Amino acid sequence: MQTSSSQPRSTAEFSRTHFDAWSFLFTGVTGVCTYLIIAILLIILGNIVFNGYSHFTWRFLTTGVDRGMYDPETAGVLPMIIGTVSRIILMTIFVIPVGVITALYMTEYAQNSSLGIRIIRGAVANLAGVPSIVFGLFGWGFFLNYLGSHMDQMLHPEAAKAVWGKPALVWASLTLAVMTLPVVIVATEEALKSIPPGLREASLALGATKLETVLRIVLPQAMPGILTGGILAISRAAGEVAPILFTGAVSFYPDLPKALTDPFMDLGYHVFILSTQSPNIEQTRPLLYATVMTLLLLTFLLNIMAVLVRARIRRRLRSFQ
Amino acid sequence: MAAPLTTKIAENLINSSVPTQTREIINVCELSLYYGAARALAEISLKIRENVVTAFIGPSGCGKSTLLRCLNRMNDLIDNVRIDGRCEIGGHDIYGPEVDVIELRKRVGMVFQKSNPFPKSIYENIAYALRLHGMKKKSDLDAMVEKSLRQAALWEEVKDRLHSSGLGLSGGQQQRLCIARAVAIQPEILLMDEPASALDPLATARIEELVLDLKKDYTIVIVTHNMQQAARVSDYTAFFYLGRLVEFNTTRKVFTNPSQKQTEDYVTGRFG
Repeated sequence: MQTSSSQPRSTAEFSRTHFDAWSFLFTGVTGVCTYLIIAILLIILGNIVFNGYSHFTWRFLTTGVDRGMYDPETAGVLPMIIGTVSRIILMTIFVIPVGVITALYMTEYAQNSSLGIRIIRGAVANLAGVPSIVFGLFGWGFFLNYLGSHMDQMLHPEAAKAVWGKPALVWASLTLAVMTLPVVIVATEEALKSIPPGLREASLALGATKLETVLRIVLPQAMPGILTGGILAISRAAGEVAPILFTGAVSFYPDLPKALTDPFMDLGYHVFILSTQSPNIEQTRPLLYATVMTLLLLTFLLNIMAVLVRARIRRRLRSFQ
Repeated sequence: MAAPLTTKIAENLINSSVPTQTREIINVCELSLYYGAARALAEISLKIRENVVTAFIGPSGCGKSTLLRCLNRMNDLIDNVRIDGRCEIGGHDIYGPEVDVIELRKRVGMVFQKSNPFPKSIYENIAYALRLHGMKKKSDLDAMVEKSLRQAALWEEVKDRLHSSGLGLSGGQQQRLCIARAVAIQPEILLMDEPASALDPLATARIEELVLDLKKDYTIVIVTHNMQQAARVSDYTAFFYLGRLVEFNTTRKVFTNPSQKQTEDYVTGRFG
């Protein structure tokens, strides 16, 4: 201070004296990476839409495969849309109650530090990391071969053909439910943990039972979080093929699935069939692109619907906050 | 709010006639409480009279809130809590094997330090417990909601917006809503755990007036950090220190002529 007080300060002290090459480089690298991702996404989507839109017609969406699977002029994707939507809806019906009840037990009922809960937490974390093909094999072994064939022995001992012990909508949905269980459990747990403990105490101090507190105070507050779990589960399950490969999806089944025990055609699996099994790849290509486009749009639509439902519930809750 | 707060202390300490004839409704007998291995309460014995205000005072961590939460068994919710000794309410041991905790909590209401209205409407905040305990008719509910809000001196402020959120109220109003919610199910005893510690002086004064009003109908036990508050509202005061009951007597005696040196040091502000 003493040395500089003799002469007036000049702004030159703050002027740039050198070019910071590293900063410039790093700004550039991070920017390029970001735009690269966007570019890749646009190329993929653009490619699909460009090649697929001409065949993405109302007729394509509403006809089946009665007159062959590979002719772009006659084949459609109605059975695959119905199959994919049914397996996702059924999966949601299976996974949400089980996942929510598990999370409720872990956060509301069990002692937090007990050995059992730590084991369950570890199991849930590990379940999330299991490759989906392993779930497919598990579903085939447990649901189809074990549960299904035992049900046949008990319910249909006289039947010549297996009713339950074969690939079926219900087994595929259950396998997907097992696969997405950790997602729902973790999302619900987070939602439950974020509810102030004071609300539970207030309810209990008024002479409410634990069950009344959980049903009337805790669960309504956790609904948006539970739906987030549902959305994540749907997103994950919609595009999966491996878990349903052995448990329900078939390459050709022209009827729409009508019963839980019916096999079904699936959009994702159909993409694989079209691209590998077609006798004339060139001729099938537009059909393939239109099918991929359908799968993307369907996943997108299911997500939008779930997000809208969640927004509605959030709004309703927020009007009381 | 007519008289200044210091005048109120004087009024309460000099003029009030302390009820000594009412029934002893709470009887704590050699009660000890352990969190795991740590002892939080050591052989507490005290008797609390009906229709009076009893204040629990003492520095942080002295066990006053812990004892309060023993009285409606809210400590049951915490893992690894062990309780020795007896705690009787109306002659019944509340830690006995045949006790229905739900019934106990209906009779012993509680107001918490941090106001915690449910994220529901003002009306639903109060109707919640009434519905749980079997009141179904709309007209009954309406009447009880109004009565409770009047008792909590909140009716005039909220009567036009009963169906808007309880969380839209000010801090002091929220706490009075919690008091209305607690008195709606008509408990005999009202436990208050530092009910005004998060409020500004005006809102605090309203809560204190309310406590004095409610004394007619309820036995009130109030935990407070604020010694002036204890001196203003209570008839009896219990002073706790390090998990022990140091002194329990009429508020007048505790504040003007305490028998223990520790009590005197605390109420005169020499520590705590």
